[in-house]
Amino acid sequence: MAAAPARPFFLSTIGKKYLMALTGLVWAGFVLSHMAGNMLILVSANLYNAYGHAIVSNKPLLFVAETVLILSIVVHVTMAIMLTLENRQARPQKYAMTPNGAKGSSLASRTMAIQGSLILAFVILHITTFKYGTYYETTVDGVVMRDLHRLVIEVFHQPGYVAWYVLCLLLLGFHLSHGVGSIFQSLGLRGDNVAHKIKKVSLAYGFIVAAGFLSQPIYVFFFNS
Amino acid sequence: MSGGSGKNLNLKLKVWRQKGPKDSGAFVEYDAPKVSEDSSFLEMLDQINDRLVLKNEEPISFDHDCREGICGSCGFMINGNAHGPMKNTTVCQLHMRNFKDGETILMEPWRATAFPVIKDLMVDRSAFDRIISAGGYISVDTGNAADANATPIPKPDADAAFSAATCIGCGACVASCKNASAMLFTSAKVSHLALLPQGKVERHERVDHMVAQMDAEGFGACTSTGTCSASCPKGISLANIAMMNRELLASAVMKREAAAGDGI
Ligand code: HEM
Ligand code: FES
Repeated sequence: MAAAPARPFFLSTIGKKYLMALTGLVWAGFVLSHMAGNMLILVSANLYNAYGHAIVSNKPLLFVAETVLILSIVVHVTMAIMLTLENRQARPQKYAMTPNGAKGSSLASRTMAIQGSLILAFVILHITTFKYGTYYETTVDGVVMRDLHRLVIEVFHQPGYVAWYVLCLLLLGFHLSHGVGSIFQSLGLRGDNVAHKIKKVSLAYGFIVAAGFLSQPIYVFFFNS
Repeated sequence: MSGGSGKNLNLKLKVWRQKGPKDSGAFVEYDAPKVSEDSSFLEMLDQINDRLVLKNEEPISFDHDCREGICGSCGFMINGNAHGPMKNTTVCQLHMRNFKDGETILMEPWRATAFPVIKDLMVDRSAFDRIISAGGYISVDTGNAADANATPIPKPDADAAFSAATCIGCGACVASCKNASAMLFTSAKVSHLALLPQGKVERHERVDHMVAQMDAEGFGACTSTGTCSASCPKGISLANIAMMNRELLASAVMKREAAAGDGI
């Protein structure tokens, strides 16, 4: 084989991993703040609606945030497909026995693509259900605004929806438990001295996001009638 | 010889037999009676091969050379793990006392698009040689050897470079990676050289060309799960991969082209 010519950064496997990590970081940051903000559902309907109203009223912020998020997920999914295909082509013939024990890979790392595909389906469905769902109105402190709280309560009383929601959020937590640590490695920010700390941060991040989000439908389903 | 346990094991082997690159290959079972616990894995295979030769059968092909864990020739999968169950150990340094009497041991070659099987447990690792040729060296116009102490190197850098330099290029990282990625191997070479003053001169071109070659050979990407490092007989650290990623980014944003002529 002739020597391969050097290629532009983002065409290399490493460049693709930088994109994967940066876009994953954007979404990881978003889901954490989204989870924290939505905790208001446990506090009061008015606060929850006022919070939502404040976000949609800030048009420039909303535009920038939505654009960055959409671009990020498109790039993340595109890179995920490209890398997953490259990875499969690199080992077409499977082993009769795969690496195991201390020399084996983690379940989370092996199933990133499956988790991601379900998360994508979830994100699309989630936006259809809520953002483009039934428009109820309410008045908080004299301001007319969308009564998103009413819609959320309705939806979170459907057992099928709650079950699907729980499954997807567990998967999101799992995706993050491996992904957040990977961000550091892909961006070249992981040294031996911090490796074990990064692993803990990654697990904690996945756990906190999943637990926080899960508390909302579970609370509504069981305790808010 | 003294010091051994003197105990014997009776084992069953399931070995991947493949006549050549074009053959499809299959597992063949062999009995391995009376294997000394004190023998090495390759000595056990030598015994099997002696018997196969006496029966006029084709012996099992496997790569080996130094048999002391320093050359990087040996290596195949044993019960799913590169170089077998022990950490920081090559197959040639693996002892039969790590197996149980009556056990069935499964042996497979490294599997990767970039490492085609030559025969049985032997694969073609010249893709690694081509990655090295692409930039895994330091170009020096030799003159007198410089005094060692004239080139100061911070101790942490020297240590990290030395650790990276212990890579023997066996290919266990590729074999154990679910993506057959060569990131650990390539990064060990990249950081080994980039950490040292002599290697810093060509660091940008080096990482560009080595990564391009690595990709062109058909190795996969890194998913940072660390099976490579866990299977590496020298315990090469994942930190090298992080360093290679930084090096490639640095090259993308900081590389300068030489000006035409004398640069004025
Ligand atoms: C809320 C949405 C998502 C978040 C927060 C997220 C986060 C992350 C993070 C942080 C990583 C680690 C990046 C790295 O390897 O450096 C990652 C990796 C990955 N993500 Fe996502 N992701 C999301 C959605 C998706 C979707 C929709 C897909 C695919 C359909 C996907 C597929 C993958 C795959 C395959 C990897 C592993 C890439 C590799 O290691 O080669 N993710 N994700
Ligand atoms: S034969 Fe040299 S390392 Fe095993």
